Amino acid sequence: MTGQPADILTIDGLSKSFSISGGLFSRPLELHALTDISFSVRQGETLGIVGESGCGKSTLGRCILQLLAPDEGRVLWLGEDITRLPAEAMRRRRRDLQIIFQDPLASLNPRLTVGEIVADPLRTLMPELNEAERRRRVLAMMEAVGLLPEMINRYPHEFSGGQAQRIGIARALITEPKLIVCDEPVSALDVSIQAQILNLLADLKDKFGLTLIFISHNLSVVRHVSDRILVLYLGRIVELADGDALYGDPKHPYTQALLTAVPIPDPKRARARSIDALVGEIPSPIFPPSGCAFRTRCRYAVALCAEQRPPLETVEGGRLVACHRWREIEREAAAG
Amino acid sequence: MAAVLTVDDLDVTFALHNSEVQAVSDLSFTLHEGETLAVVGESGSGKSQAFLAIMGLLARNGRARGRAMLGDVDLIGMPADQLDTYRGRDIAMIFQDPMTSLNPSLKVRTQLAEVLVRHQGYDREQAVRAAVEMLERVGMPEPAKRANAYPHEMSGGMRQRVMIAMALLCRPKILIADEPTTALDVTVQAQMLDLFKTLTDDFGTALVMITHDLGVVAGLADNMMVMYAGRAVETGSVDQLFYDPRHPYTLGLLHSTPHVAVRARRLDPIQGLPPSLERLPPGCAFNPRCAFRFDKCLAERPPLEPAGEGRARACWYQGRLAYEAVA
Repeated sequence: MTGQPADILTIDGLSKSFSISGGLFSRPLELHALTDISFSVRQGETLGIVGESGCGKSTLGRCILQLLAPDEGRVLWLGEDITRLPAEAMRRRRRDLQIIFQDPLASLNPRLTVGEIVADPLRTLMPELNEAERRRRVLAMMEAVGLLPEMINRYPHEFSGGQAQRIGIARALITEPKLIVCDEPVSALDVSIQAQILNLLADLKDKFGLTLIFISHNLSVVRHVSDRILVLYLGRIVELADGDALYGDPKHPYTQALLTAVPIPDPKRARARSIDALVGEIPSPIFPPSGCAFRTRCRYAVALCAEQRPPLETVEGGRLVACHRWREIEREAAAG
Repeated sequence: MAAVLTVDDLDVTFALHNSEVQAVSDLSFTLHEGETLAVVGESGSGKSQAFLAIMGLLARNGRARGRAMLGDVDLIGMPADQLDTYRGRDIAMIFQDPMTSLNPSLKVRTQLAEVLVRHQGYDREQAVRAAVEMLERVGMPEPAKRANAYPHEMSGGMRQRVMIAMALLCRPKILIADEPTTALDVTVQAQMLDLFKTLTDDFGTALVMITHDLGVVAGLADNMMVMYAGRAVETGSVDQLFYDPRHPYTLGLLHSTPHVAVRARRLDPIQGLPPSLERLPPGCAFNPRCAFRFDKCLAERPPLEPAGEGRARACWYQGRLAYEAVA
């Protein structure tokens, strides 16, 4: 990437909670899915969002697209706050903002043919197109995603997972969107098919000049596709950096722990590596720890980490880190 | 090393409405004492069905033929009441989703203790004590307290620890783990893989790790068997297959797997889709997706044959597999 492209999307102070029943006689509890999330997405990049279950990555994708209404904060699409747009105005923006889901078969209407599924967004979002033009665009898009024209009258259950995901991709791309949120798009697929879909997404991104937000729990996949990577833990940003910088030199103790936990498909390296597994499991987002959410599993945690939430600092290279002690930790590591 | 399980010509078929589908064909392999064997394949490769057959756990329309010798007893075709003497005691199996194997209405300690009462003749008190000790061995935090919990009160990682504890209570010779870490978060997965390594070392248990994830295989297994469309297509040590794959499918899998430590590059996926078991192509089942196929592959199925240094493969192609080295 030459120069720094403009920001196409900005998330500013976004928070989202869900209220869940605490039992028959208890007050409802608040599940803090996202807390004070701020970052920007650049035109033409792939921004990876990684984290473990409950980190809020899927909720974040849905809040960006206004499929869920955030409680606080703004989502600026091309400079315009889309969180409080009237329904009709938001509907027009949906042409630009699309999503691909994890489970391709579950996200396709089983009673519609492939042609109808792919044409559906055109019907609702671009009603000015006539039938012939719709069909022309559907066929062109099917070809672009590697589906044969004769598949147009078939139903989703006739397809394997990989082909069904191609249908989901065609549906997302048919309105010529500028940004696509890919929510675990290859997690349900076999390895050999996963690679085909990842390559397809890369090709389509180039062909249509897309910006992608790629959400996944799989760090190897995210590393493979992303220019920059955002790491979430329990609904908060812990680190955001360029892919190479993040994987080569992670600053946050959680990012470091995540990376050492990823299995490597290379026996000699895997055996040589000391797996310094993180202790414990992710705390409940209903009762998140005080201060830094990661402190209960962090080997570097001190009293301060329980008292104050670490601010999200901007450091060199535009990297964001939220840790009270990252500089000290780095110095200690350098000193051996 | 002594063999603990010898499987010979195992076939698994399922009766459908008016046809039959063969999920596993001619599978033969030997598992040695203390060995960790990874069984690798994608959906429909038969990797799970082969071991469900060995455990006598096939669905009702499934049928197994062949032999699976545990010492001098053949597990295939053995009636369920007789199998129960061996299952849990000599050979145990755990699954991806522990909730499907745990009884939701019984406390964890009751379920664990039952295994020891049944197989080892412990009295209840001894059995509970041993169960809590085993929970501690598998890294359960506050084991005495957790033993009193019900499965639904635990996280996925903790439930999987309970399953491992249960499987190891009788110190079985063989532990079969079917995608045991697939549903877990990566940091918990790392804890589990570490645990498998320690426990198999400590107890001398032979481990069969059924997985689609080559990353899991690389750090844990000694040997591996790659399956495609119900057959073993390549077997050998983990180093042999990762650094010098001799079957185009093994090579394709390696090239399809993104590597966290390597800078983003384009993947070389295997073209096409896995075949339907009901309509396998003639010749080699992999031929429609194979970059190295020639006329013989379309006509005749290659048998799994020794390829030197203890490895074996099922492929007619004699040349060097020409993608560049993977790792």
